Amino acid sequence: MNAKMSEKVLIVDDEEDFISVMAERMRVRGIEVATTTSAEDALKMVEKESYDVVIMDFMMPAINGFKALKLIKAKKPEVKIILLSGNVPHDLSTAAIESGALDVIEKPPDIEALVQKIRKAAAPPPKNPVKKKIAQKK
Amino acid sequence: MSDRLGAIGESSLQFFGKMTASISHEMKNVLAIINENAGLLEDLTLMVDHGRPIDPQRLNTLSQTVMKQIRRADTIVKNLNRFAHSADKSLKSVDLNDTLELVVNLSQRFASMRSVTLEPKLQRDPVMIKTFPFVLMNLIWLCLDFAMDASGDRKIVELTPQKTEKGAQIRLARMDSLTQSLMDAFPAEPARGLLDLLNAELVVSVEKKEIVVKLERSPISNECENV
Repeated sequence: MNAKMSEKVLIVDDEEDFISVMAERMRVRGIEVATTTSAEDALKMVEKESYDVVIMDFMMPAINGFKALKLIKAKKPEVKIILLSGNVPHDLSTAAIESGALDVIEKPPDIEALVQKIRKAAAPPPKNPVKKKIAQKK
Repeated sequence: MSDRLGAIGESSLQFFGKMTASISHEMKNVLAIINENAGLLEDLTLMVDHGRPIDPQRLNTLSQTVMKQIRRADTIVKNLNRFAHSADKSLKSVDLNDTLELVVNLSQRFASMRSVTLEPKLQRDPVMIKTFPFVLMNLIWLCLDFAMDASGDRKIVELTPQKTEKGAQIRLARMDSLTQSLMDAFPAEPARGLLDLLNAELVVSVEKKEIVVKLERSPISNECENV
């Protein structure tokens, strides 16, 4: 714990009591966290700031998580988004993945598994081994 | 008649499914908050092992949050229980204040999703009627669903149970964007069937921006037994 701050995450959920504690637990694990209770704010924040991962609730007032996913992906396709939900019907989950979600996770989430996913998503892509071999031959 | 009963049965199942799915979603949210708080307590305990003391005020805040969520869960489960028991007896005396309050409680999440505020204006005295509680709740929900769509920019729906000379009525008001063209599509078949079953009447006023469900005649009990 208390590792060097590295990954930057935005948590979006209309349950204030949920995001405040989840953010604290992630900070303890060395992740930089911003939070908001509205999808509208999240859209603005994603435009202004750069986040490695956005963790977003499926069911939110005004703009739901699925709609917000599509809006964010349309503006910033590189942003990785994990959707959280109380109950995730299989068809919605599949539709979310097809629309570009990194994953759809059922509440309550396992913090360690979630942190691992964030770290994996934020890590730079591995170097292409084929390119490396070609370079070595040269 | 069998087509109508089929439509009523389908509407009832959809209503039951929609409400219980929403309740289970709410419960999952409560569990998620309790889970995070328990997890944070575990994190704080681990930090003590690394020489970082726990702030008693922080512990107090966490326990307050857990207790708040337990109270929230208790209310959700009580509402679920009342909702489940509404189907126990087909014909029953009910206080419209209670029925309306329960429908509002069950519908809060749907209202919140649409950024609509529900304002029940309950009476101090009971507004008693003999009715089919589950069928009535289904009808109120269909009216409320419609009212939320027609709530306009202010996004408020006011629900008032009222005694009348012949019985009682439920008024759904402040439907700012209610127009005649919207009214042409409402009530659709399931709601019309429920109105007939309850022997109720729907009075719409585009000018007053309201709909009133008049419950002034006894329901047709033998039909409900068949639903």
